[in-house]
Amino acid sequence: MRDFALPILVLAAFAVAPFLYSNELMLFNFVAFLALAQGLNIVYGFTGYLPFGYVGFYGAGAYGFALAVMHLHAPPLLAMAAGGGAALVLAVVLLPLLRLSGAYFAISSLAAAQAVYEVVSNPALEKITKGPYGVSLTAVFAPRFSYYIALAILALAFALVIWLRNSRFGLALQAIREDPVSASMAGVSVVRGRTIAWLLSALIAGLVGAVFAWHISVFYPDTAFDLGVSIFATVFVLFGGATTLTGPLLGVLILYGVYNAIGITVPQYFQFIYGALIVGLVLFLPNGLVSLLTSRGIRVP
Amino acid sequence: MLIGAIVAGIVFGLYFALVGLGLNLVFGVMRIVNLAHGDVLMLGGYTAWWLFSAFGLHPLEAAALVFVVFIVVGFPLYYAVVPRLQRARDAEMLSLILFFGLSQMIEALTTIAVGTDQRSLPGRVLGIGPVILFGARLPKPWVFSAAVSAVAVAAVYVYLYRTRLGTLTRAVMVSRDEAVATGIDIHRVSAIAFGIALGLAGVAGVFAPFMLGSITPDIGVDLNLTAFAVIVVGTLGNPLGTVAGGIIYGVSLMLMQTYFSSWANLLPDLLLIAVLLVRPEGLFGRKVRRA
Repeated sequence: MRDFALPILVLAAFAVAPFLYSNELMLFNFVAFLALAQGLNIVYGFTGYLPFGYVGFYGAGAYGFALAVMHLHAPPLLAMAAGGGAALVLAVVLLPLLRLSGAYFAISSLAAAQAVYEVVSNPALEKITKGPYGVSLTAVFAPRFSYYIALAILALAFALVIWLRNSRFGLALQAIREDPVSASMAGVSVVRGRTIAWLLSALIAGLVGAVFAWHISVFYPDTAFDLGVSIFATVFVLFGGATTLTGPLLGVLILYGVYNAIGITVPQYFQFIYGALIVGLVLFLPNGLVSLLTSRGIRVP
Repeated sequence: MLIGAIVAGIVFGLYFALVGLGLNLVFGVMRIVNLAHGDVLMLGGYTAWWLFSAFGLHPLEAAALVFVVFIVVGFPLYYAVVPRLQRARDAEMLSLILFFGLSQMIEALTTIAVGTDQRSLPGRVLGIGPVILFGARLPKPWVFSAAVSAVAVAAVYVYLYRTRLGTLTRAVMVSRDEAVATGIDIHRVSAIAFGIALGLAGVAGVFAPFMLGSITPDIGVDLNLTAFAVIVVGTLGNPLGTVAGGIIYGVSLMLMQTYFSSWANLLPDLLLIAVLLVRPEGLFGRKVRRA
């Protein structure tokens, strides 16, 4: 039960926040990054695979939504499903990448995200994707409603991580991460475990991308496939501590909070600070903030 | 047109062999992935641009200067980061994340220092007019850069196969543990290889404005993917295989640009994924699956 306290608190706070604070886009970005960080946590925290190209699923979700609205005139909620579906399809296509180990997986997933970006933004496909000129979905613009849909996706992401932390399946995933050979000797299906974690993680990113497309309604391939999305999500997870629910949550609240508080007029300062944070964390605190507590025997959800 | 594309591809590919060479040397010797490689290259490009516009320095002189300075910078960087990394359990993965952070820092500092404008060097600095090679007309700067690359590759060959230090370096590449047991100071050997790798990246960067048209602070990510594609094709950890990787990349790029020009940007990404999945040991690798 303790596991639910913090996520419910956060969800409740973000549910009432739009009535108290007018910058709804910033609140939306918070919710989006909270969900993305947990989505990345599912695959990185529980399987050890770090997809640098995580933004590819986000972009696929955004464009899945946009194409469904533009060409099929789908109602937004159905288009959301199309966005999530697009990310799932991409994840299935990229399943063979899971055969690669650590570093090769990370780099080839980045290459895959770049490849999807090159296809979507290709002027030769202007009739379908509007190429590099961006899409406009003002017909379905509904900022308040889409904000709450984003919150629902965040709740789903929280629930998935809580499930992984407290279920036999989640434990099996961590066993695979630590030692795939021993895990499979113990009867754990390595391929099935990794596949499910990978698809769940992609689904979260796709849904967040789709709701981003809905909320913002005008965007370009450069924004939907901005590598910064991958970088931010990775830093938040690493900073807080992977495999926990609290870690990525703290990472987003602290780092993204500081990012917004100081202002984003010169993003390079933050790029620099984030880069330095990554270097420092890898060298001195590879298990994130929560490891300060867990290493003292305090259980963190 | 076919012959022209192939000849241009070989010339272009020689340059890309130089782009990948340093990355492969680091991977071969230290078993870590320097994801800041593309950004070091970008720094080399900006240094050349600055030296040219402020002091009128010829790119060849700039290349020599960049090579030496980057080697010197490489030593402290190696000792600050790599030995600590290699004690970790999953050094390969952690190195990737760490150097990714470093690459973000370099990109941010460069953007703050010089802005996001495209910078280029006038091609006439390296000679005017086309060079006719087997009936193909190539810009003179391309041929010049390819020649420098060929010299650099030859120098790396001499270093690895004709000097005592090179023998020690190759011993570390084959097996770190056995190298330590034989009494080789692996950190000294590795630090030198690391410095040389940064120097090579810097030299490749000096010619980047000519080969890529212009440079911006954010070219690092794309260059990394390209460099990684080149070295994976030419076998990871085999610096000389990089030449074959570069030429294969260059020729396929030119063929793509000739026949499917709007899709040419996809090439490095698809090549990288395809080779990793189908033949992760590269063209000349032993039948060992490392990836």
